[in-house]
Amino acid sequence: MIKIKRIIPLAVSVVLALGVLAGCSASTNTSNAKSSIDEIKERGTIKIGVFSDKNPFGYVDANGKNQGFDVYIAKRFAKDLLGDESKVEFVLVDAASRVAYLESNKVDIIMANFTVTDERKQKVDFANPYMKVSLGIVSPDSALINSIDQLKGKKAIVAKGTTAETYLTKNYPDIEQLKFEQYTEIFEALKDGRGTAIVNDNTEVIAWAKQNPGFTVGVPSLGGQDTIAPAVKKGNKELLDWINNELTALGKENFIHKAYDVTLADVYGEDYKESLVIEGGK
Amino acid sequence: MQSLGISVLFKGMNMQRLFDGLLVTAKIAFISIVIGSFLGIVLGVIWTSKSKWIRSVCRIYLEVFRIIPILVWLFIMYFGVTTALNLHVSGEITSIIVFTLWGAAEMGDIVRGALESLPKHQIESGKAIGLSFWGLYRYILIPQAIRRMLPGAINLATRMVKTTSLVVLIGVIDVIKVGQQIIEFSRLEVPTASFWVYGFVFILYFIICYPLSMLAKRLENKWNG
Repeated sequence: MIKIKRIIPLAVSVVLALGVLAGCSASTNTSNAKSSIDEIKERGTIKIGVFSDKNPFGYVDANGKNQGFDVYIAKRFAKDLLGDESKVEFVLVDAASRVAYLESNKVDIIMANFTVTDERKQKVDFANPYMKVSLGIVSPDSALINSIDQLKGKKAIVAKGTTAETYLTKNYPDIEQLKFEQYTEIFEALKDGRGTAIVNDNTEVIAWAKQNPGFTVGVPSLGGQDTIAPAVKKGNKELLDWINNELTALGKENFIHKAYDVTLADVYGEDYKESLVIEGGK
Repeated sequence: MQSLGISVLFKGMNMQRLFDGLLVTAKIAFISIVIGSFLGIVLGVIWTSKSKWIRSVCRIYLEVFRIIPILVWLFIMYFGVTTALNLHVSGEITSIIVFTLWGAAEMGDIVRGALESLPKHQIESGKAIGLSFWGLYRYILIPQAIRRMLPGAINLATRMVKTTSLVVLIGVIDVIKVGQQIIEFSRLEVPTASFWVYGFVFILYFIICYPLSMLAKRLENKWNG
């Protein structure tokens, strides 16, 4: 018993030390000398992180298959790099841990509707974008708002904590804001006529207007534009260059437009293709 | 036309997928509860040691798991260990390790509490009839302690089952995640899907947790009767 009494606390301390060690050195880089593309080819599959619950960008259909805009493009990457689109291994990621997946080498590329921001740029390397998003304004056909200036002195419906709220408060203080907690509430409020128009992410308002006849997105892009791009681990220049070249090559055949037609057209309609798609990486 | 919300459960492979997810949840919970309980009993016995040093190590171990959120542990083990040691462990194995360690810590505390609550004369009488250290625990202390710790242990087990929902954050596809995927997939066609899917997930969790409560009740009745 004496022995066991001694060994177990020891084992416990080792486990603890390991945890602490891991926590402390989480930021150290394990750079591998081997070229990243050769490594992927040797492995035979490319690991791409996608969403599994963000319809229509990355989701899982009723049969358990990955689908969506990001997934469609990711499959093409696999086809062009490894010769077969089935050679992609989709890692299903969550919004909060996308950076961590790259930093710990658990994926080669993140294509989970990853918006390019300055803060993220310090931790990962973004390739050229394939999509752009901004704010949009949706209003009833009977009183269509075609420019942000028409909203002055009127009530704009926004969701709390969104980019739209910040943008209006900062740039258009003379537009009165009607704020709600939930996305569903802002749409109900517009239907009830409690406000003149909704200002929100353009992807959201476009999708909603498509489902609700009688409402139109008069202003499909407003304010600062954000881009969405594939990301690789910081310093993985080889893979980054490959993605950029690939996007340029795909641009020649208008592939991103095709991806839009297959995956997004049902949700957003044909009209907004040019407001959302970036072809050829620029 | 809007279809009835409940139909979303039967569309395609959805039902099958939900049960696959449930299996993942149940597997992680079951393995960690079994191993965790065993280690916890060992830990609890060691904890009652008279050595101050051993007691404080046990104490630190428990506090480390109680204070640091399980989510952080999952992240440390899944991303941190991988980054530090370049060792790839799947999300499921990571979850089992973290939940086992957590279960062992909490279980150890419960066992310690139960052992220490036993009247001192039990130990003394055991020693008086010449039982060895092992015999004392095997025949006198553990059987009595198990009765006292049962409510706490069952509570811990159900908590562990429910906390497994955190594993989605390290990429494990459990029953909750499958539910979210189904809701999100049918968001535009079936807006009421979330009610039905979460309602069904509630029933699934109930199916796992309720037998635990039943078992506890039966054992208590048996021992009291």
